[in-house]
Amino acid sequence: MIIVETRPALSLRIYIHLPFTILLALPIFLALSSGFVVVGVYLERKISAFIQDRLGPMEVGKWGLLQLFADLLKLLQKEDIVPAAADRKLFLLAPSVIFASVFAGFAVMPLTPDLQGSATAVGVFYLMAIVSFDVVGILMAGWGSNNKYSLLGAMRSVAQIVSYEIPLGLTILCVVMICQSLNLQEISFQQGIYTYEPNYLFGIRALGIDVTDWGGIFSWNILRNPFLLIAYVIFFIATLAEANRAPFDLPEGESEIVAGFNTEYSGMRFALLFLSEYAMMLLVAFLGAILFLGSWNTPLPNIGPVRLADWTSGSPGTVWGNLTGAFWLLTKALAAIMVQMWVRWTLPRLRVDQLMFLCWKVLTPIGIVLLLISGVWRLLMI
Amino acid sequence: MQPTQQVSIPELIQQVPLNYYLIVSTALFVIGIIGVLTRRNAIIIFMSIELMLNAVNLLLIAFSSYRSDSAGQVFVFFIMAVAAAEVAVGLAIIVMIYRNIRSIDVGLLNKLKW
Amino acid sequence: MLNLIFYAFAALTLGGSLAVLITRNVMYSAFFLLLSLIGVAALFVLASADLLAVAQVMIYVGGVLVLVIFGVMLTHKPKPETTTGPQAARPNYILTQHRAWLWPLLVAAGLFTAFYSLISRIHFSLFEHRAPFQTSVDTIGKQLMTEYIIPFEIAGILLLAALVGATYLSSQGDRTNNQ
Repeated sequence: MIIVETRPALSLRIYIHLPFTILLALPIFLALSSGFVVVGVYLERKISAFIQDRLGPMEVGKWGLLQLFADLLKLLQKEDIVPAAADRKLFLLAPSVIFASVFAGFAVMPLTPDLQGSATAVGVFYLMAIVSFDVVGILMAGWGSNNKYSLLGAMRSVAQIVSYEIPLGLTILCVVMICQSLNLQEISFQQGIYTYEPNYLFGIRALGIDVTDWGGIFSWNILRNPFLLIAYVIFFIATLAEANRAPFDLPEGESEIVAGFNTEYSGMRFALLFLSEYAMMLLVAFLGAILFLGSWNTPLPNIGPVRLADWTSGSPGTVWGNLTGAFWLLTKALAAIMVQMWVRWTLPRLRVDQLMFLCWKVLTPIGIVLLLISGVWRLLMI
Repeated sequence: MQPTQQVSIPELIQQVPLNYYLIVSTALFVIGIIGVLTRRNAIIIFMSIELMLNAVNLLLIAFSSYRSDSAGQVFVFFIMAVAAAEVAVGLAIIVMIYRNIRSIDVGLLNKLKW
Repeated sequence: MLNLIFYAFAALTLGGSLAVLITRNVMYSAFFLLLSLIGVAALFVLASADLLAVAQVMIYVGGVLVLVIFGVMLTHKPKPETTTGPQAARPNYILTQHRAWLWPLLVAAGLFTAFYSLISRIHFSLFEHRAPFQTSVDTIGKQLMTEYIIPFEIAGILLLAALVGATYLSSQGDRTNNQ
């Protein structure tokens, strides 16, 4: 029988999660994910317009700011059409299943040092399970619509999501090996000045340069193990595929299969599918920021007497700490989303065989090598 | 720092009597058996087998957490790995059968009978 | 309170699995299986096996169920093409038949009473001890890497063999079809 010791070095501050933080986290994330669709669509249209040298929406409101509200109003008024040949129950249920599964992912996201829906010890693993749950909703929508484009789109989407889970899982595993934890809040605490174990420059203890006090970008995971920067690129590509974003938008390739599994939906149900697509973008952008880019920690380090890190991040538990934490995390997530949009309007759509080539012959082998390197790096860190 | 205020999960579980777990998992297992015996579609028989495996897993986990011994959970982990392998091969076989005789009705699969 | 949650998830599990049995539409029974699997995962959480509950959702829902749904679609005999008339306006469905009910029910009822009376008669003296308990992530991880390392490796080889076998089986079908 093995005696399992508690982990002395890693027992970071574990917050007592009172019910009200859970009750607070739910409406905040609901507002965030549905509010983001407003910001996200406007951003997307303006960025695409900028890239293609157009103006984008300009008519409704100043600079077209009210365009999306007009669109939403239009969607709300539209009739909720169920095709006569559709499988009514599955067809009506599918958008809710897709949105519920994406939104359930926010349950383990730490937004600030104190605000996290559930401090479960299996956080990251749970997120990966939730991503695979999404697949069932998509299959439901594709089959329920009884339309060949819907079914083809659903099949493509499922094949893509299931395949890209492998590189995604490998890169997440790299971070988990470095941080030795599955809890996203614990991973966040390790990447800033409020960590309980010392951080060394590039994570190598032998160098002897203690950067715990510097904080800022020096304690982010991409600098604790520089190879995680490559891992972040793979993670980013894989999450593009998971969220069905261009250049991996084969499931809804307009020129081939109309709109994939969205084809038969109209009105509110289409809005719900749209919302879950943007919520998925936000979710993966958050996850990338938390795992690789220092979570809610400031990027500015303390340089001698210039205490930039101390000034720009309050200590956990205070209002200032929560505000700065939310600010930095949202900034990082939105920056990642900007890059997602930039990629979408720059790269053309891949073919199915190119998609699978990229996943199985490029990303997965690199992911496995990175996993090996991360294991060795962890040995250098202790 | 110890998470003192958190209610540990085993205290929670011990409010649910072990007998309830026994009833649920036995019922689940028996439902799986009925499925295997009554349905004719090979894939539904497959699903029923998965239900039976789940019943066994549930029982193992209930026992392991009542004993606070994680060996049962490790065992369930292996059962899941084997189940995943079984599904991959089993479904490939079913699809092959379908390609050969254009049906997956187990009543028609009597070639091996003697 | 906790008992109520337990009842709810037990009802979800058993209801879902009964529906798998009763419904004639194969696609519906796949989606009812989903309910049943989620119910079992929730019961895992109530039994303090958080890691395995997530693994259950990931392996069964994300892997097994998706494969089963694909299997249902691949073994679906398409009806003759109907683009007009009342047939065209019906949802696509896959039906199956039941066999006789009586004997299986009797067998099942007998098995249930036999199993349950057997298990409930065992006297579990160990359960009166309360041992300290860690979250199952650390414990299972350490046990898998130490005590159970050989089964762990063998499970890996088994999965690889299954992967190769499944690929071989399905690719062979293509070859015979092409010839």
